[in-house]
Amino acid sequence: MKSQATTIIKPLSGWQLLGLTELWQYRDLLYFLSVRGIKIKYAQSILGVGWAVANPLIQAVLFTVIFGNLAKLESDGTPYILFSYTAMVVWTYFSGILTDATTSLVANRAMISKVYFPRLVLPLSAVLNKLLDFAIAFIILIGLLLYYGQAPSYTIFMFPVLLLILILTSIGIGCLLAAVAVQYRDVNYAMNFLVKMLMYSVPVVYSVDYIPEAYRTLYAINPMVGVIEGMRSMFLQSRPFPWEWVGIGALVAVVIFIVGCFYFRRVERHFADLA
Amino acid sequence: MNENVIEVTDLGKRYRLGGRDHAETLLEHVGQIATYPIRNFRNLVQRKNFTEGEEDDSILWALRDVNFTVKQGDVLGIVGHNGAGKSTLLKILSRITPPTTGEIRIQGRVSSLLEVGTGFHQDLTGRDNVFMNGAVLGLTRREIRDRFDEIVEFSGIRKHIDTPVKFYSSGMKVRLAFSVAAHLDPEILIIDEVLAVGDLAFQQKCLGKMDSVREQGRTILFVSHNMSAVEGLCGRCILMDGGRMAYDGTVSEAIGRYREGSLNMAEASGLAERTDRDGGGRIRFTDVRLNQNGGVYTGESVRLELDYEATVDIPSLQVAIKFSRSYREVVMTLDNRIQGKPLSARAGNNTLVVELPALDLIPDRYLIDLWAGAGSVAEDRIFNATSVVVLEKDIYGSGVLPQANRHGFLVPPACRWETART
Repeated sequence: MKSQATTIIKPLSGWQLLGLTELWQYRDLLYFLSVRGIKIKYAQSILGVGWAVANPLIQAVLFTVIFGNLAKLESDGTPYILFSYTAMVVWTYFSGILTDATTSLVANRAMISKVYFPRLVLPLSAVLNKLLDFAIAFIILIGLLLYYGQAPSYTIFMFPVLLLILILTSIGIGCLLAAVAVQYRDVNYAMNFLVKMLMYSVPVVYSVDYIPEAYRTLYAINPMVGVIEGMRSMFLQSRPFPWEWVGIGALVAVVIFIVGCFYFRRVERHFADLA
Repeated sequence: MNENVIEVTDLGKRYRLGGRDHAETLLEHVGQIATYPIRNFRNLVQRKNFTEGEEDDSILWALRDVNFTVKQGDVLGIVGHNGAGKSTLLKILSRITPPTTGEIRIQGRVSSLLEVGTGFHQDLTGRDNVFMNGAVLGLTRREIRDRFDEIVEFSGIRKHIDTPVKFYSSGMKVRLAFSVAAHLDPEILIIDEVLAVGDLAFQQKCLGKMDSVREQGRTILFVSHNMSAVEGLCGRCILMDGGRMAYDGTVSEAIGRYREGSLNMAEASGLAERTDRDGGGRIRFTDVRLNQNGGVYTGESVRLELDYEATVDIPSLQVAIKFSRSYREVVMTLDNRIQGKPLSARAGNNTLVVELPALDLIPDRYLIDLWAGAGSVAEDRIFNATSVVVLEKDIYGSGVLPQANRHGFLVPPACRWETART
């Protein structure tokens, strides 16, 4: 026979490598899982991908009414709707990946207990799965910016970096929680609430100016702070690009990603027995 | 080319069973539910389920000291009773779960089919599901595209390939799923019971497909309860028993021992000495025999003999014999009061004979609980007094046997089937 690939199956203990070559071999599975996620989501909805627009936009309008008009929160001198929608676009992507990744193992437990494939594919597929929604929401953002005559700053070249920070963080936490959720379903029940709580821990509805100067560096340990403020800086020119916050956020994001993925790899061998 | 393509050395798999959460009352249930968080949290802190703990009675070796090799082109059958370790062995071979000890070396591309249609989704079309299922089984997008037409042709549902599978009949779904599986083209194929799907004609088609895979010199590992399929397909057979390999050799010998093992398991051991019983004690079961400890076949008559001791005369004796498939999943009860057959007993040793004209239970292992009462007062109750392995028999003469894990627990008498245009 042609292929002489030898597979060795033996007890696993301790930490494992990420198995990137194998992950690459299964890239088509990653693709189909993502496509499946999108198709299932929109198969029987009237609005279809319209939801990708409606979700962040309705929330941003709500925030504008409640926090902008009623509570009259500061919005760094920009229209509140732009202020909150810019943040909502990235936040929706972040929370979408996080929720999807966290529930991915339990949702696909039938597959896990019947077929072998690199388990990391499941949480990773959330990134592509939500990418379409993100892209559509982002196009609306550009429309809003044009409408308000807002020109982006030259720091827009940092956009991919911000996205990367977002993805690393959400996948890192997602992998960690997914691994725990296999055994303890509490994680899934708590997810809704957790995401809401997390949203108020980052400057989606309020300005960073409300955080005392002395604590801002500490505040920026949450990578999404740098991402959201970076977005506002490059698209709304609300403030100079927050290099320091993005820097700290990037470091933390990498740490979260590594910890999350390695923890996932460490416990994934038990998934089939527990799920 | 007679090299070993699979080498299994000292393979073992240990499971830690959950706590014995057998609540008897509603209050106990509530208590258990209330304390779940505390217990789960303790486990979490001790990382109990994620680590290999020390030996204690909650440890179960599902597989132990398994050694065998498979040569290129071998078609190896694996048989054994439920709980003998077949599924665990398959899961380890398929890399779904890692072994606790030992090692397996596999040479070549493996496809393992523990079920058909993994990853199928109701809302997606047949076409989408073929791609999804193929990708789950390890095919690349290109490979699926190349085989797509063949797959659809084999399934025979080209007309509906762009319809969401939720509108398919279960038969159509299975055919499509199996068609994907049949076109994996692996060097080593591991199959679990998948032949027991679909209608007879489709099963024949699948068997034919497997035959052609075999003729190409591919290696097949085939796990089944269907002895005739094992006999027809395999050149060699392994018998698993209690997590160990009981036999490795010819198919006929393995099947012979499998049937023999079934008989031994049915033997009662020391019912008189059992102390885990309750009731008033004026009646005590001392022995139970089924068909004089001969084989019990599905659809055939069974003669139950219960020896018991009564300390006093019992004018109104009630006896219940409960068959259950797993822990307290009762399948049927033979009860003389329900059947309106009054009994009475004299003090001393007695034997009660119960004759069941046809045992319509699906081939599997059943546990038998015994209960005896004077009037309605419980005098003796023993859980798992004995177990019986109901052996398979082709009662319909169709060559297809009902399967314990997918066809419920009854084997109904043959029906009259007729269809006509109305």
